[in-house]
Amino acid sequence: MSDYDPVEVTPLHADELARAEADALAAISSAADLDALKQVRLAHAGDRSPIALANREIGALPPAARAEAGKRIGTARKAVGEALAVRQTELEAERDARVLVEETVDVTLPWDRAPRGARHPLTTLQERIADCFVAMGYEVAEGPELEAEWFNFDALNIAPDHPARSDHDTFFVESVKSGKVLRTQTSPVQIRALLERPLPVYVISPGKVFRTDELDATHTPVFHQVEGLAIDKGLTMAHLKGTLDRFAEVMFGEGISTRFRPNYFPFTEPSAEMDLRCFVCRGASSVPGNPPCRTCKSEGWIEWGGCGMVNPRVLIACGVDPSVYSGFAFGMGIERTLMFRHNAEDMRDMVEGDIRFTLPFGMEV
Amino acid sequence: MKVPLSWLREYVDLPPVTAHEIADKLTAAGLKLESIASHGHDLKNVVVGKVIEIEELTGFKKPIRHCLVEVGEAEPREIVCGATNFAIGAVVPVALPGAVLPGGFEIASRTTYGRLSDGMICSEAELGIAESSPGILLLPADTPLGADVVELLGLRDDVLELEITPDCGYALSIRGVAREAATAFGVPFRDPAALELPATEGVTHPAEIGDPTACDRFVLRAVSGFDPSAESPLWMRVRLTRAGMRPVSLAVDVTNYVMLELGQPLHAFDRNTIQGGIVVRRALPGERLETLDHVTRDLAEDDILITDDSGAIGLAGTMGGLSTEISDSTTDIVIEAAHFSATGVARMSRRHNLVSEASKRFERGVDRELPLAASWRAVQLLTELGDGVAEPGVTHAQADVAPVSITIPSGHPARVAGVPYSRETVVTRLEQIGCRVVDGVAPAAEGGRGVAATGVVTSGDLAAKLAVTGDDPITVYPPSWRPDLTDPNDLAEEVIRLEGYDTLPSILPGAPAGAGLTETQRLRRRVGRSLALSGYVEVLSYPFIGARDLDHLQLPEGDDRRRATRLVNPLSEDEPFMRTTLLPGLLKTLVRNVGRGFTDLALFETGLVYRPGADAPETAPILTVERRPTDEELARFTAALPVQPVRVAAVLAGEFERSGWWGQGRAATWADAIEAARAVAREAGVSLDIRADQHEPWHPGRCAALYVGEVLVGHAGELHPRVVEAYGLPKRTAAMELELSRLAAPVPAQTPSISAYPVATQDVALIVPADTPVASVEAALRDGAGDLLESVRLFDVYEGAQAGEGNKSLAYTLRFRAPDRTLTADEIAAARDAAVELAAAQVGARLRGV
Repeated sequence: MSDYDPVEVTPLHADELARAEADALAAISSAADLDALKQVRLAHAGDRSPIALANREIGALPPAARAEAGKRIGTARKAVGEALAVRQTELEAERDARVLVEETVDVTLPWDRAPRGARHPLTTLQERIADCFVAMGYEVAEGPELEAEWFNFDALNIAPDHPARSDHDTFFVESVKSGKVLRTQTSPVQIRALLERPLPVYVISPGKVFRTDELDATHTPVFHQVEGLAIDKGLTMAHLKGTLDRFAEVMFGEGISTRFRPNYFPFTEPSAEMDLRCFVCRGASSVPGNPPCRTCKSEGWIEWGGCGMVNPRVLIACGVDPSVYSGFAFGMGIERTLMFRHNAEDMRDMVEGDIRFTLPFGMEV
Repeated sequence: MKVPLSWLREYVDLPPVTAHEIADKLTAAGLKLESIASHGHDLKNVVVGKVIEIEELTGFKKPIRHCLVEVGEAEPREIVCGATNFAIGAVVPVALPGAVLPGGFEIASRTTYGRLSDGMICSEAELGIAESSPGILLLPADTPLGADVVELLGLRDDVLELEITPDCGYALSIRGVAREAATAFGVPFRDPAALELPATEGVTHPAEIGDPTACDRFVLRAVSGFDPSAESPLWMRVRLTRAGMRPVSLAVDVTNYVMLELGQPLHAFDRNTIQGGIVVRRALPGERLETLDHVTRDLAEDDILITDDSGAIGLAGTMGGLSTEISDSTTDIVIEAAHFSATGVARMSRRHNLVSEASKRFERGVDRELPLAASWRAVQLLTELGDGVAEPGVTHAQADVAPVSITIPSGHPARVAGVPYSRETVVTRLEQIGCRVVDGVAPAAEGGRGVAATGVVTSGDLAAKLAVTGDDPITVYPPSWRPDLTDPNDLAEEVIRLEGYDTLPSILPGAPAGAGLTETQRLRRRVGRSLALSGYVEVLSYPFIGARDLDHLQLPEGDDRRRATRLVNPLSEDEPFMRTTLLPGLLKTLVRNVGRGFTDLALFETGLVYRPGADAPETAPILTVERRPTDEELARFTAALPVQPVRVAAVLAGEFERSGWWGQGRAATWADAIEAARAVAREAGVSLDIRADQHEPWHPGRCAALYVGEVLVGHAGELHPRVVEAYGLPKRTAAMELELSRLAAPVPAQTPSISAYPVATQDVALIVPADTPVASVEAALRDGAGDLLESVRLFDVYEGAQAGEGNKSLAYTLRFRAPDRTLTADEIAAARDAAVELAAAQVGARLRGV
């Protein structure tokens, strides 16, 4: 720095600097809002402000004067800078207090401009059940709803004149001799799964089934079941029980109490009914003297579904050797499960499609 | 099956436990409790009385008596009574003041018809014995006065109603239930059928079995000199009533009583109406029979008949004929006890739509060894109670039946259960149900000529496939009352059930790892979620439609959707078809919701439609179940069944975006319906090619055909005004239907390359003829613009004067970007010009203002 600025420099006198500082401070304190303060900042603290210009001239002063001038200018700049910051804070607070308040809206206003829909709980419940079994290694199998009688009955060991066949209240298709029916159960999917898939087979099959019942609070001619089938080497009734106990826990929570009771189904042998401890009375109503229970009809238990070890005759009809493979099958009503799990009381609500029934279930059940 | 416990306790020494405890044990054994009815527990203070004076009161609308009744107290009681079927000296039940009759009816001393009435003389109905009764219950003259009527008549009883599964025919009897109860409690069982039969002499009435596949045992016994005026005793009527049967006459009541007790259906003929010898045979062409219910029935050729010289006189095991019915003058009775084919009776019962207590039992299997004992039991009761004399003879026709035996390794039940059972446990349990168990493999029995007991016909080949081999074989001979036991697993079930299903452990099997949901299954879930998030509510409507629906949808003659599968027995004759489109169900659900006060509606459904092939075979095959069907046989099933693709459909009406404080909403339109289809397609990873179409039930000017490539997947748009009118829909209702099965399973999306170079935006306004589909303009722009085009977006459509008559102006924003450089102005202009030029060439577009 041996050269001086070639421009003739007028050193800022102390009183001039003091005036510039006073002007700045006055302008700062009189800035009415943040925009005004921005202008003030530009004028009094910007690159072309008197103090900034004075600062630029320090280099042009004789070295002896530089330190002193620098000190004075620094003090002025600091004072102006501090005043700006203080005023900025003041004005921001003022703005927050005023402007943002003016912009206040009523956030409680409704906004249902594009309401969301919902999925039917019977659909999402079937998915949840499928997920429970997929987690155990099962796959989801499917079959036609308008089914050949052979799959719906014969292959399931329900002979043409067996009383179980007439118990099914079957919808016949085209003619009673067409060999085609609306499937009365999801069990024909067992047959299709065994015919189509390599062993071992672990499948779950939720779906629609049909019986000629009139619609009322507890019956509907079109309803849903979930079928499960496991065929492997060495499967036993204990495995069946373990699987259904797990299923019941997933559906109804830990601590659900279950029981197996002998029953009869042509396609399983041995066969059982899976009962659940009544959710409402917890079994108390079955003790004489206690108040009756509408949910379990004071039996203490409610039927959830049928199950059993797949009848070897069924395996034979599918070409599976029962001396090598065994397994179990089960079937539960989805509507019933929904009733138990979500306190749905009337099946008519499930089929009528009233949006008030479905909307509360949202995307998941 | 209704089981009065007093009856049950006659044959099994049950411990002093409650009805509930008995029911619990039976339920655990497989005879499930339906309900318990308690009788007589609230009935008290009813005693035996003797009428010693009767004064007829006059001046009332009906006869009224003022009686003095001796009830074993110091003084007789005054009682006013409205019945007249008793005389002085009659012994009657008297409810004393303080008595409570069934239904909580309390008796008090009161004044009525001007006299003191200090109790009530009771009828059977008032005691809860019968549903109705014409007069006072008259007790035998030697009944001790003052005795407690409830004790005396055994009116205090509990009745278990049990659900009997179709395999347990034996449990449709007190005998069968008693056997199960004895096993359940581990107490002795006394078989009511173990009667000492008398030596017989000669034949009751000539009879023969004409068809051993229809009947393999036929027994007749006779009673002569029967008093047709004899009444059934009170105890019998009470039991019949409580077991659910209506008392009729002594002869009929006895047959019913024995059937309930032993499980053997019986039939009583008036002997003097039988003409000639009896033959059990199948019906001949053209034969008819008037049954007891006064219905004349045309018989089918495999109906099993009881016949005499006059022709049919009964449907075997189902219902008797009218001509040989017991009348109120019958003195000579023939009792029939037989063993008929289970399938034969089942078929007959179903064909004639005639379910009787007898047919129910035969269908489920009756003990073949019962007829001699059961008929003797009936004869005993008829002679005891009806003054008759048993004829010395018996008719006993029968056909040989091969004995059933099942060989299993003694460890088989344990292998089925997953629980170790000792050999001794297995043998004991099987013996408990009446089986004979011998060590080793017994030689297979030679076949007899008789009927297979339950209709489960097991061929030699199938039996071989069912056979279970292994160490320590035992051969099991099921008892005659268990025709349901035919297979190794039947025996396993008996052991496991008697050991208790509650003792089975709970073990989760280790299934092999699965592949999870298929792409198609995942797609279906996404489609549902996507539509629901777009505002649609899912419904599950019944898949039944009527011809009216097809008309409402304005489907022309010959439309494929008119070829629908018809149900034989629809719920409603108005809706006998299976749906070929999802729309009718959705539209009716929409109307239902509108009717319930909802105007802004968006609904969707996913489900199958049923599309029968034009030349599908009429029948699906019924194959053997003794082997796997061949591929050719499986193909026949597929050919016979309708194609059942999965579809998704949506309907919407009212406002799709709601009006509110923010301003006016937006009505649902054809465009929303198409957008719903696009939403579905997006989930499948494809974009729809939208083409204008005319397709019912859509508005001919507002209908889009939805294509994926060249595959038509569905339609969407606004419904035809006629459809709206026919269904009573809100105006401008829009709809979409798309066949999900026609969308290929989605393939994984490919990651795009993201360019960080700046975008260049160009707006162009094109004039095109007004009927030019926008989609073709856009396609031309895209093709013309080339690879640099990032996106094209239509932001305005104008059809005013400045566009020119018959034209419209389309304003597009084109965005260009290169992957590797900043585009120059020349490059951008060239790409834009190329786009416009191709649009000019393909759809006659020209730049606006040029």
